[in-house]
Amino acid sequence: MTNPNPTIRFHLNGQDCSVQSPPMKRLLDVLREDLHLTGTKEGCGEGECGSCSVRMNGELVNSCLVPILQADGASIQTVEGLVNSGTLHPLQLAFLNCGGAQCGICTPGMLMAASQLLSINPHPTMAEIREGLAGNLCRCTGFMRIFESVVAAAASAAPQPANQASHAR
Amino acid sequence: MSTSEKTRIVGASVPRKEGVDKLLGRARYVDDIQRDGMIHGATVRSTIPRGFIRSITFHHRIHWPEFTVVTAADIPGNNHIQLIFADQPCLADGIVNHCDEAIVLLAHPDKHKLREAVSAVKIDYEPLPPIFSIEESERQEVIVWGSDNLLKSFLLEKGDVDSAWEQAAHIVEGEYRTGAQEHLYIENNGVIAEWSATDGVTVWGSLQCPYYVHKSLLAVFDLPEDKVRVIQTETGGAFGGKEDYPSTLASHAALLAMKCGRPVKMVYDRMEDLAATTKRHPSRVRHRTALDGDGKLLAMEISVDTDGGAYSTLSSTVLSRATLHAPGPYVCPNVRIRSHAWATNTVPYGAFRGFGAPQAIFAIERHMDEIASALGIDPIELRRRNFLREGDTTATEQGMREPVILDQLLDRALLESDFYAKRKKFAQENPCSSVKRGMGIAAFFHGAGFTGSGERYLNSLAGLDVTPEAKVRLLVSSTEFGQGTNTVLAQIAAETLGIGYNDVVMAPPDTAIVPNSGPTVASRTSMVVGRLIERAGLQLLDILRQHAGLTANFTNEDFFSACARYRSTHGEVRSMCRYEAPPNIFWDDQTYRGEAYPAFAWSIHVAQVAVDTVTYSAEVEDFWAVQEVGRVLNPVLAGGQIEGGVAQGIGYALYEKVVWQNGHMANNQMTNYIMPTAEDIPPIHVFFEEIPFRYGGFGAKGIGELPHDGPAPAILNAIKAAIGVGFRAIPLLPEDLFVELSAREAIVEAGAL
Repeated sequence: MTNPNPTIRFHLNGQDCSVQSPPMKRLLDVLREDLHLTGTKEGCGEGECGSCSVRMNGELVNSCLVPILQADGASIQTVEGLVNSGTLHPLQLAFLNCGGAQCGICTPGMLMAASQLLSINPHPTMAEIREGLAGNLCRCTGFMRIFESVVAAAASAAPQPANQASHAR
Repeated sequence: MSTSEKTRIVGASVPRKEGVDKLLGRARYVDDIQRDGMIHGATVRSTIPRGFIRSITFHHRIHWPEFTVVTAADIPGNNHIQLIFADQPCLADGIVNHCDEAIVLLAHPDKHKLREAVSAVKIDYEPLPPIFSIEESERQEVIVWGSDNLLKSFLLEKGDVDSAWEQAAHIVEGEYRTGAQEHLYIENNGVIAEWSATDGVTVWGSLQCPYYVHKSLLAVFDLPEDKVRVIQTETGGAFGGKEDYPSTLASHAALLAMKCGRPVKMVYDRMEDLAATTKRHPSRVRHRTALDGDGKLLAMEISVDTDGGAYSTLSSTVLSRATLHAPGPYVCPNVRIRSHAWATNTVPYGAFRGFGAPQAIFAIERHMDEIASALGIDPIELRRRNFLREGDTTATEQGMREPVILDQLLDRALLESDFYAKRKKFAQENPCSSVKRGMGIAAFFHGAGFTGSGERYLNSLAGLDVTPEAKVRLLVSSTEFGQGTNTVLAQIAAETLGIGYNDVVMAPPDTAIVPNSGPTVASRTSMVVGRLIERAGLQLLDILRQHAGLTANFTNEDFFSACARYRSTHGEVRSMCRYEAPPNIFWDDQTYRGEAYPAFAWSIHVAQVAVDTVTYSAEVEDFWAVQEVGRVLNPVLAGGQIEGGVAQGIGYALYEKVVWQNGHMANNQMTNYIMPTAEDIPPIHVFFEEIPFRYGGFGAKGIGELPHDGPAPAILNAIKAAIGVGFRAIPLLPEDLFVELSAREAIVEAGAL
């Protein structure tokens, strides 16, 4: 019997990638099981917790809700794609220094949500940070240090005048 | 004494030890791990709350030879989960006592086939009458556990309560209730188990207490200690929810692994985790309080009742902590506390951050505001008049030998929150606004470490060794699950030994490698295990000075050279220490008197809450947490503990409701069990006062549980300040506000006619 599964091609963390997979298999499972990229986590399986967040075609998606067929031709970034030639992404560095990660299970999704936010809004206000991360649940931190991490990363990416930095808080 | 010395690493916010792995997404949680030949396990659970199992049938639509099937008959040892009492079966045998109790286990290489197979196992029951509440259980008309439904009771007495009522100027009574709360760690419970005839059972899992799981597996498999090995994997949150439950799950996976001869992974999905695992004990606390004309406490009569669920698990120790925290941080000459944990037919309740204290603190701190109203005293002033101070004794007659600075913490909280000015401003604004604001306060303590003689029984062992690769390796079974165990213990070791933070590593949390340093619970790790690491470090320095020529003012290089010299002449470089109780500590389990805890952490919380009288939503707008937790070992991690605990406490107060339907959790999804999000949590302002505790690791006391105790009463007190209604139960949802406020409006309108 020939393999009935279609070949699905997409761009993953800057590289071309193809998988043969049942079309309705979740992107989350393809990443974790077929491609062994286990940085993306499952928390609830119904799009509530955001642990499985990845960036797809410039949007933040819950990979537990994306059938792999929908990813055909897409450009996808996971937490594994944040590091640039061995250097921590400014968000990763900020999370490390500010205490933005505790148990770490929501962290990959939180990093993807934060990077999505900063890509469309490099200097978000506190209200915009809260809104941008509202789809990602963290049970450990109470969010304060995650907000602080995002503020720090935004500041480190492009130093701002002091009055704007204070506005961001 | 080290606690007063200047330090290089302790007290600094060094980055989290395993932080980079977590940020790169390469930290390995249990579901990220594959073993050769590994297959998947699933659980067939009871669908009724109580009844006899009449038959188990396997529908022919499934090709069963493909599956491994395990029932209670396959258990080689004892069919119980070994914890405090041995009443909870590993797999139900003949009778079920709660919904979602495990009856049959299945394993298959394709995890997608398991769901269909689970639904094809039919259990026939002969139902028995279930009970679901404290009231039904204490009525004892239906007995579901033992001879009286009583999982545990305590009686604590100080002075002469009965004679106090006559002298009282005021007597104030109140009843307070708290609901179940789900841990909602973002990583569900999960394990991988292997079995071999030569090595016995090996388990990798998301868990807090490797040696609890170890002990339980010994009983289930009837194996000697060296044939059971438990390894903690990176753990994505726990909060007590991975204290006892992993013993059950590990036993299940290991039974399947033994039967099929292959590694078996069992990772719950969210619905199963919510339905089948432990939660915070619901409670009912009644206070009857006598006061003199000045508002000083004369007598406290308190009854604490908790719902323990179907099996005893940790209910006795949770009840003990609830009992000991019930009088709050106040001095009172006459106290009587009767407490009971009652069995019902729900999933057993278990450990959850605070461990009984949040329930007890909610009651006393709401009650203090009710007393203040009744007496016409400012709630701040009432508390101040009754605070425990150095030299006073608690309800167990524990003398306050260490400084108690509640007044100072209160002053700081009032100042930082601008309490009085805001209270005045809101009083002016509220009559003209549909949004009513209020300021509320809670004052509380939290006992650090195991209760009473617990730490002596634990008899923890911890230490360190030095590897040939020139790393100091910490030998503890104390686990990391976000709170910072790895980091603070490494800081303590590096500080003590005079070496760098990066020269210290953690030994794998593997029972084959590390000794039993006790469970990672009860806010004990920094204080108790930290102190053991500090002592082990000092002991190692002595050894190196005596036997390896280590001199004063050594460098990192000198230190590791001395270790190499010692290794060449003596072999292993290793230093271990066993727990020693602080001197003059006495606890009597029989009379329930003495030093209940080696140390207390102290805190004041202030909440600013806005109640929208149109939408009936209550929103916490701002929050202040001031505390004294001994020495702060790592300010960033310590602040994160407080903020995270406050956030969970806000959820406990205003968001998180477990809805029960005939004993089954009906809202077992993140869609309808609601925790606070990034948009719901207010700014949390955290302030520490530091008084080093001489018997804790570099002066640390407990910190992890403390912040969960205060938010609920502070928030409900703020709501009372805002709208004049003192709610006495949590969770307090908008629908509860609606019912109460619209009823009051109806009364007002009727009165106006």
